[in-house]
Amino acid sequence: MSIVATAVGAVSADFTPPGVEEFWQPLFGTDGAWAITRPILLSVLSVALISWWLLATTKKKAVVPSKGQMGTEAVYGLVRNGVAKDLIGSKEFMRFVPLLFTMFVLILTNNLFGVVPPMSYPTMGRIGFPVALALIVWIVFHVVGMRKHGFFGYWASLVPSGLPKAMVPFIFVLELITDLFTRPVTLALRLFGNMFAGHILLVLFVTGGWYMLTNGGILVVAGGVTWVFAIIMFLFEILVEFLQAYVFTLLAALYIAGAVADEH
Amino acid sequence: MTGNIAILGYGLSAIGPGIGVGLIFAAYINGVARQPEARGMLQPIAFLGMAITEALAIFGIALAFVFKAG
Repeated sequence: MSIVATAVGAVSADFTPPGVEEFWQPLFGTDGAWAITRPILLSVLSVALISWWLLATTKKKAVVPSKGQMGTEAVYGLVRNGVAKDLIGSKEFMRFVPLLFTMFVLILTNNLFGVVPPMSYPTMGRIGFPVALALIVWIVFHVVGMRKHGFFGYWASLVPSGLPKAMVPFIFVLELITDLFTRPVTLALRLFGNMFAGHILLVLFVTGGWYMLTNGGILVVAGGVTWVFAIIMFLFEILVEFLQAYVFTLLAALYIAGAVADEH
Repeated sequence: MTGNIAILGYGLSAIGPGIGVGLIFAAYINGVARQPEARGMLQPIAFLGMAITEALAIFGIALAFVFKAG
């Protein structure tokens, strides 16, 4: 027991667990505001990759689709039918499909960079990227709501009809806070938090396992087990990355659906 | 023993969402078991509920890092 305790003591003495600084990786320039960092380079790369993928798989369109076209159609169909049509309704969904498809593919590609070795960095783990996407969704669903119901009509439609008169101001304030503040903040923070926490967990498992394998003494076995768990966590991360891209798109569609619905 | 109490706070904030996500998927599995054809309808609702519930734990970890730094 005491051997293990000293071994653990030795490990915790000079092993630094990964933290927020893991995400600050400037490539050109180190000035905080204007440095070209790894995530911005990856986001540019993701746009190039998506453009290449969409162009390559849809250039030779055919009634009997090739394998590539089939994959693209499956992703597009998921967003178009599974998300947009189901939630927004068959009357108005078509004009939101480009936005939702872009969101889904962009987030998914950037998330998957978190586990693909040469990139190995989830772009959405920097808060700026999810904030930008959530801001776009926030503006879109308010603007389409105001266009449909008129400026005052839109804010009035936040309160469900059939409430007792005394309750209306309270519910209105509550709904106002939800629409203006809670929705965009949770949308951005959910994506950011999942990618951030997942990446830190992976780094912790891999570096911790490496530390124990190299100078753990009796903890070499634990280091091996840690690496096995690191592989399992990698697989789990892939699931989370798909899920978060899907959930972000789903919630964006849900907010748009709420804004364009005839009555709340 | 050294460390930061903010991480303890994150642990506490994960209890509620943990129970919540469990309840959501229990209900989802129940629903699909009783009526397998309702799966397509229940799946988005279940994942939506999970995402909303899970957000509380995510807030917890974000705030834990914010207060750790401060």
